[in-house]
Amino acid sequence: MSQGIQVVGLYVRDQDEALEFYVEKLGFRVHTDVRNGDYRWLTVQHPDQPSFQLGLFKPGPPVLDEATAQTVRAMVAKGAMPPLVLSVDNCRAAYDRMLARGVEFTQEPVDRFGTVDAGFRDPSGNGWKMIEAGR
Amino acid sequence: MSGVPAPQDPDLLRRLLRAKDRMDAASHEAWPVARLAQVSGVSEAHFARSFKQAFGVPPHRYLLTRRIERATALLRDTDQPITDIAFQTGWESLGTFGRTFRDITGESPRAVRERARAVAQDPGRVPACILGAAHRPDLTIAVSEKRRQEAGDITRPHPKEV
Repeated sequence: MSQGIQVVGLYVRDQDEALEFYVEKLGFRVHTDVRNGDYRWLTVQHPDQPSFQLGLFKPGPPVLDEATAQTVRAMVAKGAMPPLVLSVDNCRAAYDRMLARGVEFTQEPVDRFGTVDAGFRDPSGNGWKMIEAGR
Repeated sequence: MSGVPAPQDPDLLRRLLRAKDRMDAASHEAWPVARLAQVSGVSEAHFARSFKQAFGVPPHRYLLTRRIERATALLRDTDQPITDIAFQTGWESLGTFGRTFRDITGESPRAVRERARAVAQDPGRVPACILGAAHRPDLTIAVSEKRRQEAGDITRPHPKEV
């Protein structure tokens, strides 16, 4: 596929911390990690989804002025950013695995009409739903 | 002193979010300020003020709205007795539940349940095949009537309709 969405970015408070979380705790892989001065372009990938990258970006200069960056940091920390959804084969197994690795869950797995979903946050405050679709 | 409070530290906000998440996950449990403050790692006095600044409502009121939200869903979606719903959503007495429910929603729990059931009986829920039959256009009669009129036109011309 040559057309489609390639990168969607999240704002994170600390890129090293985010990298550790998405790679070590969620099992993603680093796609690109390049620096240019203080700026760092960092993207990760789900191992089953090679055409999509999740960007882990730190709000701040030179892209955002300091006052705007502060507002963005507050929004992320308050959980005010849009929802994210991770699709899994087995929600309960993924929950057990991630919990053992120290992921902060906001909702234990719940059965809803054949689908099972749980909720967790990344260290910055971005909220994820983890959903196992019904068979 | 300025009217605009100083911006809150993102690390503090992240810890306040943890307290909000915990209330969301277990709104039926008791959440005294001491417990919430401990989740957020701040003093009790600091917690209530900081939470309100961050999320726009005091922590206790936030908890009540989450409980009412959950009770409303149970009133609508289940046949559980109202007393059971009150205790299940975290109230210690039916009286407090009813009073708080009315204060927040402007209606009694029973009224909300009755209205939900009335809505459930509106034509929108009638099975599509039955609704289709009831609203089927009266085509046969219209066609035959039309043909009769057309036949009449041929044998007995009458003034054009205006």
